[in-house]
Amino acid sequence: MAEITYREALTHGLKEAMDTDDRVFIMGEDIGAYGGAYAVTKGFLEHYGPKRIMDTPIAESGFTGAGVGAAMAGLRPVVELMTINFSLLALDQLVNHAAKIRYMSAGQFTVPLLVRTVTGGGAGLAATHSQNFENWYASVPGMTVAVPSTPYDALGLLRESFKHEDPVLLAEHALLYRLKGEVPDEWYTVPFGQADVKRRGSDVTLVAYSRMVHVALDAAQLLAARGVEAEVIDLRSLRPLDMETIYESVKKTGRVAVVEEAWRTGGFSAELASQVQEECFDYLDGPVARVNGEDVPQPYAINLERASIPDAQKVVDTLASVIGV
Amino acid sequence: MKVAQELTKEEMVDLYRKMQLIRVFEEQAGSQYMRGKIRGFLHLYIGEEAIAAGAISALGPDDYVITHYRDHGHALARGMDPKLAMAELFGRATGSSKGKGGSMHLFDASINFMGGYAIVGGQLPIATGLALAEQYKGTNNVVLCFLGDGALNEGEFHEAMNIAAIWHLPVIFFCENNLYGMGSPVGDVFAVKEIYRMAEVYEMPGKRIDGMDVLAVREAMTEVVDWVRSGNGPYFVEGMCYRFRGHSMADPSEYRHKDDEEYWKTKDPITALRRKLIGDQIVAESDLNDIDLEVEELINEAVQFADESPEPDLSTLYDDILG
Ligand SMILES: Cc1ncc(C[n+]2csc(CCOP(=O)(O)OP(=O)(O)O)c2C)c(N)n1
Ligand SMILES: [Mg+2]
Repeated sequence: MAEITYREALTHGLKEAMDTDDRVFIMGEDIGAYGGAYAVTKGFLEHYGPKRIMDTPIAESGFTGAGVGAAMAGLRPVVELMTINFSLLALDQLVNHAAKIRYMSAGQFTVPLLVRTVTGGGAGLAATHSQNFENWYASVPGMTVAVPSTPYDALGLLRESFKHEDPVLLAEHALLYRLKGEVPDEWYTVPFGQADVKRRGSDVTLVAYSRMVHVALDAAQLLAARGVEAEVIDLRSLRPLDMETIYESVKKTGRVAVVEEAWRTGGFSAELASQVQEECFDYLDGPVARVNGEDVPQPYAINLERASIPDAQKVVDTLASVIGV
Repeated sequence: MKVAQELTKEEMVDLYRKMQLIRVFEEQAGSQYMRGKIRGFLHLYIGEEAIAAGAISALGPDDYVITHYRDHGHALARGMDPKLAMAELFGRATGSSKGKGGSMHLFDASINFMGGYAIVGGQLPIATGLALAEQYKGTNNVVLCFLGDGALNEGEFHEAMNIAAIWHLPVIFFCENNLYGMGSPVGDVFAVKEIYRMAEVYEMPGKRIDGMDVLAVREAMTEVVDWVRSGNGPYFVEGMCYRFRGHSMADPSEYRHKDDEEYWKTKDPITALRRKLIGDQIVAESDLNDIDLEVEELINEAVQFADESPEPDLSTLYDDILG
């Protein structure tokens, strides 16, 4: 397949599932005639027809709940929530219901529901349209949260979702759709809970996910120019979480920073920092550094917006001030 | 067009000026977006000017206006300085929200413009709260809340309608039915075909009006506002209209039929009023031309003001999160 975009990878994965399993159908706002807000399902309505490509009303709670019910009744619905900001209107269905039904029914019912949504800021959409909530969902037992940073992972994690018997939230980053990357012709999946070491280095560990993986890789370049070799780890899923890969790296480097787009307060970085210090305390040469989105509603003005989202320079600066790297 | 006898010449000319102001503002916003001066989503109100101009002109200064993300028209009709609005679209320190809110989130406390809300349906419960406060304080102020047809689908719409009805709140829900929510024809996503009849379900009065005829909007809204102001509880209005552009600047609008677009353009609210004012010899064509020039000038000044304004200072990033 060679080089394809993140968007193409997702489109490909959805088609594959639609073509091989007739229990799979897709619901969402403007996914049909309009082709999807981020054009992932462009052409699907024409190809698969309205029974399997369902344009929904703007009723996030309603159609997400319908997805939960359809999943309980044996189908494999894919619900597209146009962006993660709007997922707040479906929070009840996702958190109180989708994630709980297996447990509350002692396994009598399962909810194999895939929720695809779009996360992240940086597109000039201001406070209500630029948020990251994947970390919130990751705190919910019963939920699986996947956060691909590359076309390879987007396809691999999507395939994995269709093998999964429980709800999965796949958070696609708005600024990654045009990113190109290698995707092999052979079938593969990316298992949940398996981080990926993107770059080897012995001096400091940078842990990131989604778009921040690219920021961490850029930071690694800046550091390399100064003779500091960073190891960059892409989590790929937040729940389940692969801490082993992080521990192994930290035990080697003794220094670690988490790079995350979400707000600092309550960020997933805090969870990682906590687990790292519990497990690697004696190996650490300094505090666990956190590079997060600023604790502000994302502003519209471009200079303020840029200042609110971590970039490579901020990673380097934080390492210098917190760990003295 | 409606006769609207009760309107003075000045009032009619003012409606013309307001609509033209919105139209030219939006056209300029569109071209500034193409030049990269405005970013993010830009949703233009072109074609729907009669609703904002007509409905808001029926309000008094102490009443409230609250709306959705396609908000420039409502803000301008309510009296927001186009300079502040344009500077906000440019993301500048001089904008109505100092560059922090952008196109979809305009606010102006000085004119009781309570904001543009970019989460579909989000403004509806808030509108009931504004109305509740006025009822509580014992004023006779009313709240005019705009929503798109798309918002009808959200639970918040039904919750707000019910709350407004049981508490007899002084709120007018004005649904701008432009036949589409993004690419979805309203008939495909909303079960009730005659939307104004949603009011019946909640036992409040409702009516459908021609949202392309500014005089009709004004006349209907004068009655509705009086009725609500007199303590009779909420009202639901459906204004039939059409957006002449795509959903946002990113939308080529391929899902709509050319014929429909052409048909609706023949109902252009500004052309219609212009034709009437001249045809009925209410105003001389040259006077309207003068207004066009004035408006053009005003908007050019707004663009220049926005363009010459500084970006917000980085030190303001943490301002206004809490008091
Ligand atoms: C809760 C929520 N869901 C989805 C969206 C994305 N969205 C923005 S505008 C829109 C269509 C709204 O249509 P309508 O209410 O008819 O307003 P119009 O654009 O026609 O003025 C959608 C789906 C959103 N902003 N908020
Ligand atoms: Mg609409």
